[in-house]
Amino acid sequence: MTSTESLIDRRQLAYIASQAADARLNVELETDGMTLNIGPQHPATHGTLRIIAHLDGEQVVWAEPSCGYMHRGYEKLTEVRTYPQVTSLVNRIDWLGSFANEVPFILAAEKLMGIEAPPRAQWIRTILFELSRIANVSLFLGDLGVQLGAITPVFMAFRDREHVLNLIEATTGGRFHPNFDRIGGLKDDLPAGFIDETRAVMKTLRNFCTEIEDLLFGNEIFQSRTRGIGVIPKDIAMQYGLSGANARASGIDWDLRRDQSLPMAWDKVDWKVWTHPDGDSFARCWIRLQEVRESTRIVDQLLDNIPAGPIMAKVPRIIKVPEGEAWVSTENPLGEMGYYVVSKGDLGPFRTKIRSASFNNISIVPWILKGVYVPDIITILASLYFILGDIDR
Amino acid sequence: MSSTDTPIAEIPGDTLRERIVDDLRTHIGADLVDSLVKPGDDVWVRVSTDAWRRTGVALREMGFEYFCFLSAIDWMPSPFGKGEDDPTAPPVERDDTVKQGYAGGETRLQVLARLVHPTLHVGVNIKCDVSDSEPVVESWVSVFAGANWHEREAHEMFGIGFAGHPDLRNMYLPGEFEGHPLRKDFPLLARLVKPWPGIVDVEPMPGGSNDEEGDAE
Repeated sequence: MTSTESLIDRRQLAYIASQAADARLNVELETDGMTLNIGPQHPATHGTLRIIAHLDGEQVVWAEPSCGYMHRGYEKLTEVRTYPQVTSLVNRIDWLGSFANEVPFILAAEKLMGIEAPPRAQWIRTILFELSRIANVSLFLGDLGVQLGAITPVFMAFRDREHVLNLIEATTGGRFHPNFDRIGGLKDDLPAGFIDETRAVMKTLRNFCTEIEDLLFGNEIFQSRTRGIGVIPKDIAMQYGLSGANARASGIDWDLRRDQSLPMAWDKVDWKVWTHPDGDSFARCWIRLQEVRESTRIVDQLLDNIPAGPIMAKVPRIIKVPEGEAWVSTENPLGEMGYYVVSKGDLGPFRTKIRSASFNNISIVPWILKGVYVPDIITILASLYFILGDIDR
Repeated sequence: MSSTDTPIAEIPGDTLRERIVDDLRTHIGADLVDSLVKPGDDVWVRVSTDAWRRTGVALREMGFEYFCFLSAIDWMPSPFGKGEDDPTAPPVERDDTVKQGYAGGETRLQVLARLVHPTLHVGVNIKCDVSDSEPVVESWVSVFAGANWHEREAHEMFGIGFAGHPDLRNMYLPGEFEGHPLRKDFPLLARLVKPWPGIVDVEPMPGGSNDEEGDAE
């Protein structure tokens, strides 16, 4: 009897002692500041972004991205090129969805010239635009797993993205840099068998989305590492100019494919703009997953009724764009991508301002990383989704 | 606020754009120097340099909460042309008259920004003159936090100062870099070393007709 009592006493004493030790330890563990350098070459940086984080223990006090490791000066280079030559430059801004970079520039030039591509060209442009989005975002979905320590999704992503790249290659001749869009239309028509092949690939991609959803989005670890992490409220997203899935994940119902009239075919088909009220990392990933699904739906519907006709409007062989200024932006895989083109009636642009999505999306990093824990830096960066070429230009 | 009864969202494009310009005029008055509403296209306004920040605040209050971009334009024609000159030949005489674009202007450098109304889906391009002798405008960072990086970029690329910006460090270039690369008088060095052969691609096609109108097919 007495022995059990004394045992309980001893246990209690031990517990109290350990609590006291912990408390003392906590006081002793008061930390000095520490600077943690991430990158410029880190798998989470999609290129060469360097992030300098000042830590206090496990928490970030401030963090500052340092850009410029891949600045290629495209705005300056456009000033010494002709209009058709610019597409080969802007292709390399967001290299995972290159065709989508060409479209807004060509549309801006067409707007200044007052011409419009024939319906068939508009249709094919939209199809290729959505294929670039699928190729781009499906890689994001795979990469997301890698950032969280899951290796399988990235193999699935590379496996299925290959089908989309094959389609783009069959049409344009280039896997990554199609350089296919021309002022007034397209370089070529679709190859034989494209429609059936694309339908099959869209089915594969929808299966891929379901696989990723089962594997990743339902996963407990994934949820606990993304839910409630890196929350961006609506007004902050607006101020920083966040666009695309990042804005829609903060509850902003805004998609440039739906909300402006462009000579493209998005308004001819039925699709949905997904938004999420949470604004956290999970919401941003989830929105992108839904967007791949919607894109496959858009492509499927567009394939049903491609109009016949020419793929090129009548344009002069030597393209001179009349004097004026034009702004055109489209909903690219990463967000709003726009070109402000100033023409002086020359063979090439006088000035081009390239508004790329990632530049704005990443400018929020110092704000969003304040106070987060070190492992969350990677998930937040992954969910914001940027491509270095799109930041530095 | 406008006096008519029609809710603003129902007004078709150009009328809405004109009303935005009128609304802005009631906010900033004579500081709205010039404006252009291009039918079916876009709005350009030019404001006086002193009213730059005030314009941002006024437009934000009018609901233009989405910060799209901020940059600058150098209107001086490049003294190097397209960089296609023969480096051994005597220098070419070029027209160097500075001619501004939409909504006019008096100075060589202009700041350009774009704000968008998130529910009306209408954007406004705002320009403002920046004097050569003292190229400084007020910073927008306290109005739109996202202007921070854009102003840093404009500062290093065009040499425009932004009064009130917390930290105008270079974004891309090394800190000790001299010159402002996107100014027109900054040469593209690669072109000076070796002339660009790119002009070849507008030569007439062999066997084709030499007139400018090509076949569409």
